[in-house]
Amino acid sequence: MYEYDQYDQAMVDARVEEFRDQARRRLEGKLTEDQFKPLRLMNGLYLQLHAYMLRVAVPYGTLDSRQMHALADIADKYDRGYGHFTTRQNIQYNWIKLEDAADILADLAKVEMHAIQTSGNCIRNISSDHFAGAAADELVDPRPYAELLRQWSSFHPEFSYLPRKFKIAVIASETDRAAMRLHDIGINIVTNEAGELGAAFYVGGGMGRTPMIAPCINPFVPLDRLVTYAEACLRVYNRYGRRDNKYKARIKILVHELGAEEYTRQVEEEFVHLLDQGVEPPLAELERIKGYFEDPAFDTGANARIDRSDPDFAVWVDRNTVEHKEPGYVSAVISLKPVGGIPGDATAEQMRLMADLAKDYSFDELRVMHTQNIVLPHVRKADLHALWAALDEAGLGSPNLDTVEDIIACPGLDYCSLANARSIPIAQRIAERFAANGKTGTLGELKLKISGCINACGHHHAGHIGILGVDRKGVENYQLLLGGSEAEDVSLAKITGPGFDENGIVDAVETVTTVYENERQDGERFVDTYRRIGMNPFKEALYG
Amino acid sequence: MRLLTGNDLKTGAVTWWTGSDWSIHVEDAVDVTGSEDEIARSEEAARRVNVPYAVDAELHEGSPRPSHIKERVRAIGPTVRPDLTLKPADPEIGNWVI
Repeated sequence: MYEYDQYDQAMVDARVEEFRDQARRRLEGKLTEDQFKPLRLMNGLYLQLHAYMLRVAVPYGTLDSRQMHALADIADKYDRGYGHFTTRQNIQYNWIKLEDAADILADLAKVEMHAIQTSGNCIRNISSDHFAGAAADELVDPRPYAELLRQWSSFHPEFSYLPRKFKIAVIASETDRAAMRLHDIGINIVTNEAGELGAAFYVGGGMGRTPMIAPCINPFVPLDRLVTYAEACLRVYNRYGRRDNKYKARIKILVHELGAEEYTRQVEEEFVHLLDQGVEPPLAELERIKGYFEDPAFDTGANARIDRSDPDFAVWVDRNTVEHKEPGYVSAVISLKPVGGIPGDATAEQMRLMADLAKDYSFDELRVMHTQNIVLPHVRKADLHALWAALDEAGLGSPNLDTVEDIIACPGLDYCSLANARSIPIAQRIAERFAANGKTGTLGELKLKISGCINACGHHHAGHIGILGVDRKGVENYQLLLGGSEAEDVSLAKITGPGFDENGIVDAVETVTTVYENERQDGERFVDTYRRIGMNPFKEALYG
Repeated sequence: MRLLTGNDLKTGAVTWWTGSDWSIHVEDAVDVTGSEDEIARSEEAARRVNVPYAVDAELHEGSPRPSHIKERVRAIGPTVRPDLTLKPADPEIGNWVI
């Protein structure tokens, strides 16, 4: 894992003290809310429905047990005993007091964490593959490149006031586990015909009110030009992005309006201009960073066989573990989606348990998934049963990864001041419905995503089944969408037709899964069947 | 009727104007119809509450009940965490919100 050097630590510590002074002045009445708001947002502090909310960055979703313990302590000491893991691999606390906020940031700084650039029109936390460094199919570990970009983008003076927020994802495999093409910039580390590593740049993707899939603007940028090329992409956006209209200010609108070809031409022009400007850090810096992401000391002789004699354990292994590059290991996914629970929420006690299990069984590493679960990336197969038993006892053993119960849901109207409708109760009721009718397992991979407003924090555009909550004359109403994907088969979901009320949407989800069951061919997932038969059979079943 | 609401500066807690002070309990709120702008201005100047604003409400069993669901959720707390709401033991809480 990356460790702060003296510069990182000094910057974060200085920022804590700066914010402490800003918060003090606000509490003393020396700053108005209008003056203070941009300052608190730069430090991840929002004002939500019930209280201040603090969003803490988890760079590319990677944590160690010490950091997870610190997050648990913050939940107990300053919040109400729990935290919420988000679709940006971060964690949010919902009940923060302004008078505590600087102390929380100071506690975070002690474990090399912060909340900087988790809000505002800047480059946000850079996300990555949650199985990075473990995945059997990856070319290289993408996290050193994400870390290099994190350092470049932190406090970047030119990109602190972009037209709108800016999100970057970095992966290094053909399988996309980070919704890479639904980011402002998606970077895939690839090889060229000569076998050299480079970066494919996809620019102008995103969800929100105008969902778009990022086109590839350059299939191979040499790695010693990675930062310069990213800077060129940002510079063109910063210059021409729509600052006159918040709803047209994301880079996807610029790329769409200019056309990918013209945008690319301008980026290439800017890239050439930047080449002799000294933007690129020396390769030695990348090598230094890589040193922090070397493989742990895997037991290469570890037994690759799993004792599956315990049937409940076997179900969990089949559902919640993923192939690892070392045959004696797997990556184990801890589901934060117990049936009837709140997707992504974990109590302080659960966080401490996950931290301790990471220390005991996963070389002290955890990952936050954008699907709001937690990964222990490197677990010896021989340790899996002990791990599962401990998780199961703590209510963390739900065997439902990538099933209809593994729902992404934004906080929705229960917490969020932007939301129009509640998301969490819908997720709970759908999970309960399928747990009760016993179809969770038989439906196979089914990605269901719910957003409580058009901002799409719940990724509804990218769900095999998506749900969007809207406000219809003061009453919650839910639109149903089908056919989205945020993986390598990326696609945007389409609305089925008129929306449903709170009860109707749960029935509607069951209805479309019944169509799938009746129509599916061997090996087809829900989204495959949808793509083959189209929308009409689903519409007929829903609306008659 | 109209209620004046905001979030407490220090804690962020949802608060309601009682006629002389702020309360976290919506049942303490008073009708501010006609004077909402004036009170909001003076209270914002006092800097105890963040950006106070007025919402529509009606009387429900003798107590004010905000008209819009968002304000009802604000008044009570997250519907999915009854243990954290202001009426933790009230089994009818969901009905009041919805």
